[in-house]
Amino acid sequence: MVARFNITESGVSDGQPILFAHGFGCDQNMWRLVAPAFADRYRVLLFDHVGSGASTAPYDPERYGTLDGYVQDVLDICQELDLTDVVFVGHSVSSMIGALAAIAAPGRFAKLVFVGPSPRYIDDEGYRGGFAEADISELLDSLEANYLGWSSAMAPVIMGNADRPELGEELTTSFCATDPAIARRFAEVTFRSDNRDDLSKVVVPTLVLQCSSDAIAPVEVGEYVTRTMPDARMVLLDATGHCPHLSAPGPTIEAIDAFLRA
Amino acid sequence: MPDPDGDDDAEELYQRAPCGYLSTSPDGRIIRVNDTFLGWTGYGRDELVGRRHFSELLSAGGRIYHETHYLPTLQMQGAAREIALEIVCEDGDRLPVLVNSVLERDDAGSPRVIRTAVFSATARREYEQELLRERQRAEQSEAKARLVAQTLQKTFIPPAPPKIPGLDIGAAFRPAGGGDEIGGDFYDIFELSEGDWIVAIGDVCGKGVEAAVITALARHTIRAAAVRERRLTTVLEVLNESLLVHGAERHLTVALVRLIRAGPRWDLSICLAGHPHGLIRRSDGTVTRAGHPGSLLGLFPDTLLDEVGLDLDPGDALVLYTDGVTEGRSGRAFYGEERLVSLLAGGAPTAPHLADAVVEDVVRYQEEDTADDVAIVVIGFQ
Repeated sequence: MVARFNITESGVSDGQPILFAHGFGCDQNMWRLVAPAFADRYRVLLFDHVGSGASTAPYDPERYGTLDGYVQDVLDICQELDLTDVVFVGHSVSSMIGALAAIAAPGRFAKLVFVGPSPRYIDDEGYRGGFAEADISELLDSLEANYLGWSSAMAPVIMGNADRPELGEELTTSFCATDPAIARRFAEVTFRSDNRDDLSKVVVPTLVLQCSSDAIAPVEVGEYVTRTMPDARMVLLDATGHCPHLSAPGPTIEAIDAFLRA
Repeated sequence: MPDPDGDDDAEELYQRAPCGYLSTSPDGRIIRVNDTFLGWTGYGRDELVGRRHFSELLSAGGRIYHETHYLPTLQMQGAAREIALEIVCEDGDRLPVLVNSVLERDDAGSPRVIRTAVFSATARREYEQELLRERQRAEQSEAKARLVAQTLQKTFIPPAPPKIPGLDIGAAFRPAGGGDEIGGDFYDIFELSEGDWIVAIGDVCGKGVEAAVITALARHTIRAAAVRERRLTTVLEVLNESLLVHGAERHLTVALVRLIRAGPRWDLSICLAGHPHGLIRRSDGTVTRAGHPGSLLGLFPDTLLDEVGLDLDPGDALVLYTDGVTEGRSGRAFYGEERLVSLLAGGAPTAPHLADAVVEDVVRYQEEDTADDVAIVVIGFQ
């Protein structure tokens, strides 16, 4: 289990567990500016979803044909490591994975933190997710176009940075390593899922962390999530982009910390 | 500052470089852009600088990719390169580009500026798409070929061993590798008349379509010949002749067993043609060889074959297998008869359990990467 999902652990071994789940397109490295801040009080756990980072879990298209397979993975991890009173921090699609896990096993989770959540990316009647169906097809094409680069055996082009040789070296240890075939399927599952009806079933106290300018999950979507969940509050971060844990780690830590102490 | 050669300077090199240049703040707001980029995209400098984020110039699909993969990679790694994106030009046209970016930090380590070089990739994208289509075509052909191979392979073995009163029959088969190439192992169990059964197991040399044709020929020739001929040696001689007539240039090995019910017991005989010995597992766990070695088939008109009787008691089992079992390799070592014998000695509750246990063990020994087909038939006497 530990190897399958590349689970890494730090912090207080008998402390309350805080489990960080990365979103689509990246891996647990995303949390490297945020997770260490909780190591003084919590048992900090990170993992890679199937097909991402250093996960060795076998990809079963049927299991992962909906978010349920990913949800089951989270529950399996909690059970295997015997985690209780869990603080679950999910970025992007992992917010919905956390929501579904908390519906399935509410007793296991103490608090949820959603970073840039969206229950549905595609616009619908009376709902604005920010994307049209055609946009998602375009994303899949865009992944295909990059598929070629990812899977080719071509040596990466070393850029002419004689004064910064580490730029060249880092090519071999690529962050956000992703299996392209799985990434495409994960993208489909992520961006075509609709979990709006699930939100009202989450009874675990939840913090929604929303960036003020986010092209993937706009503010109104964050507000929708907060409004629809029975026990949620939103903190609006003055940050651009979909990854405040990378672009604004300080305020992200502060907001999570305040929520956990409350 | 003028270039030492006097005909180029840094500003002109920047503005009119053969690639687009963009500088953005760490959150993506455009702070500088060169003439080449503006020329390609049709935007005016005033429309972009200070007003637009780089990601806003991308197609919606590319924007998601940018936000979820490209930007995080850049923020963590300091550089991201050869990312394929599409820029939406001022007139709405799409410009396929390849993008390289570096993130510069200040002395304190905080992100200061993102520098991006944009390469027009229209022709390259068409070429890539052609490659992608070819790859998809190849994957489809492969899938089709695999399906043909698997369908054909299924005809080499009965769908399930028959139920024969007084006998406990188990059989297991595992095609080489991923099963996308047709191997030449086969087995068959069929009834000639009431209480008169033939069990055949064989291995055609080689793999592929040609081997498959011979495998099918062998299985059906054995069936046809066994109906006419009483003696196992004659059945195999007929098979040898039909192989030579066919001009197959592929040899094969066969073990043939005849079982005739005689009251509560069975009269048993075995004939080997270039095939590994059968193994008899007695009820006390001892294992002995069964059958006399004989010629390979499909090579020469004359054969040297010997049919010998076997005497099995209730609780005993006769095991027939192909060389994919004993010649299963792990590095330079072979699985070998000894390992098989000790596994058989351990026994199993039923014949199917024993057959499955052998195949599982052989596959595990080869770390799932089986180089040859593996076939085994176990006949338990009750």
